[in-house]
Amino acid sequence: MSPARPLPEPTPVSAPFWDGLREHVLRIQYSPSSGRYVFYPRLLAPGTLADDLEWREIDGAGTLYTFTVAERATAPFFADEVPQLLAVVEWDVGPRFSTELVDVDPVDIKVGMRVRPVFCDYPDAGVTLLRYAPA
Amino acid sequence: MTAGLDGDAAIIGYVELAPQRRPERPPRFVLEQWAALAGAAVSDAGIPADRVNGLVTTAVAETNLFAPATLAEYLGLPVNFGEYVDLGGATAAGMIWRAAAAIELGLCDAVLAVLPGSRNVPRSARRPPAEADYFGASSNRFGSPQAEFEIPYGNLGQNAPYAQIARRYGAEFGYDPRATAKIAADQRTNACATPDAVFHGTPLTIEDVLASPMVADPLRLLEIVMPCHGGAGVVIGNRELAARSRRRPVWIKGFGERIAYKTPTYAHDLLRTPIAPAADSAFAMAGVQRSDVDVCSIYDCYTITVLMSLEDAGFCAKGTGMEFVRAHDLTYRGDFPLNTAGGQLSFGQAGMAGGMHHVCDAVRQVTGRAGAAQVADCNTAFVTGNGGIMSEQVALVLQGD
Repeated sequence: MSPARPLPEPTPVSAPFWDGLREHVLRIQYSPSSGRYVFYPRLLAPGTLADDLEWREIDGAGTLYTFTVAERATAPFFADEVPQLLAVVEWDVGPRFSTELVDVDPVDIKVGMRVRPVFCDYPDAGVTLLRYAPA
Repeated sequence: MTAGLDGDAAIIGYVELAPQRRPERPPRFVLEQWAALAGAAVSDAGIPADRVNGLVTTAVAETNLFAPATLAEYLGLPVNFGEYVDLGGATAAGMIWRAAAAIELGLCDAVLAVLPGSRNVPRSARRPPAEADYFGASSNRFGSPQAEFEIPYGNLGQNAPYAQIARRYGAEFGYDPRATAKIAADQRTNACATPDAVFHGTPLTIEDVLASPMVADPLRLLEIVMPCHGGAGVVIGNRELAARSRRRPVWIKGFGERIAYKTPTYAHDLLRTPIAPAADSAFAMAGVQRSDVDVCSIYDCYTITVLMSLEDAGFCAKGTGMEFVRAHDLTYRGDFPLNTAGGQLSFGQAGMAGGMHHVCDAVRQVTGRAGAAQVADCNTAFVTGNGGIMSEQVALVLQGD
């Protein structure tokens, strides 16, 4: 039995993101002055330090930017989950997101493939993780 | 005129312990390792220890805070410049240029830059070491972006994110497993000419690398650095001390540093690594062309790091690294000598001292002390440091007279 997967704890600044995921809605920050979406949640806009971040809902659609099939667990928490399908998704609105792929055979994973969000609830912890599957 | 160093500071002494997979030296605290390495580097230079009035360190395990003051006190040296560098595998290269800058500013005459590299420390039942937390270079503390957005998805450690970079590289430019394996095999040839290398006496072929287990696709076991026990350090001196040193001075002519991100998920462009602007800065500052370089010592935690560093440092065009590696003999007797003592892959990675291996590799070559792996007429060396997941990189141009 491997130790439990470390789960995220929302912070005062990031809470709207995690509240959204619990509702199966994806909300991330947007900086009107630079016209850019921002991830992960911050106090000020990266690059400009503008104090104008606002929350916007996005559909979460994106492409697979890169991935690896980890044959050896990246930490003991994941020992029962190898191979881990560790992925980076680039949202259509711009930012990239660290995630895992689900509902896919490792041999079918291709950089550049379209992917769709999958909301994975952890009721005991009160959080929802965002994973991705082929679109 | 380019801002930067005038080239008036030199590495005048060095020490690099032979890495050991299982520690055979007596257990020593990090503070003690630091002192022993400092003493060895100073005696290699042949200068009086009391001329050292600067030091550069990274974290010292026995203290959370005040590392420079703790070291100044322990060593009994009056320190005008006490610097702390926290750049992972780029720490060593980052130490060298900071020391050179402090010397050129006239802050100090000689600076010790030391990286102990053994976890074999004395143990106490009353003060047991903190339990291994498995998070390594990631932070699972409350409020850490990694704790919130990476670790829950298993994105931690080094193998997986380096594999993600290699995978993206393959998607954009093509991936030749034989070419990356050749980097490991050529470096092993260099280790076999270097008695201190941990894999001295153990040749390696491309086929051996390709037959090793897949760890994180496309990275195989023998393309991944293996931790060892060791340690390394150098002393950097001004012109007066360089003239008094027993060794040929290795002048610090140019440097560049770029800190781009913590986690590659957030890289602006994952395939243009921070060494690109760092190398441009280093070569421009030194007034040296890529074609002037006699030996390269490129940070090699993984073969993909070497490949992308060669491209981004300007030794070949972006996307042609695989072809470059296939076309050149990377051994000490070849047309592009690279990591001539075996690199960290084959000499051994002694923790944080692994970054200093590349500085020591260059020092041995420029001072003519590389033994059977000596490159003839070696005057100009290019060294890189790489911290995190190609997150923060430093380039150095080092030259003999």
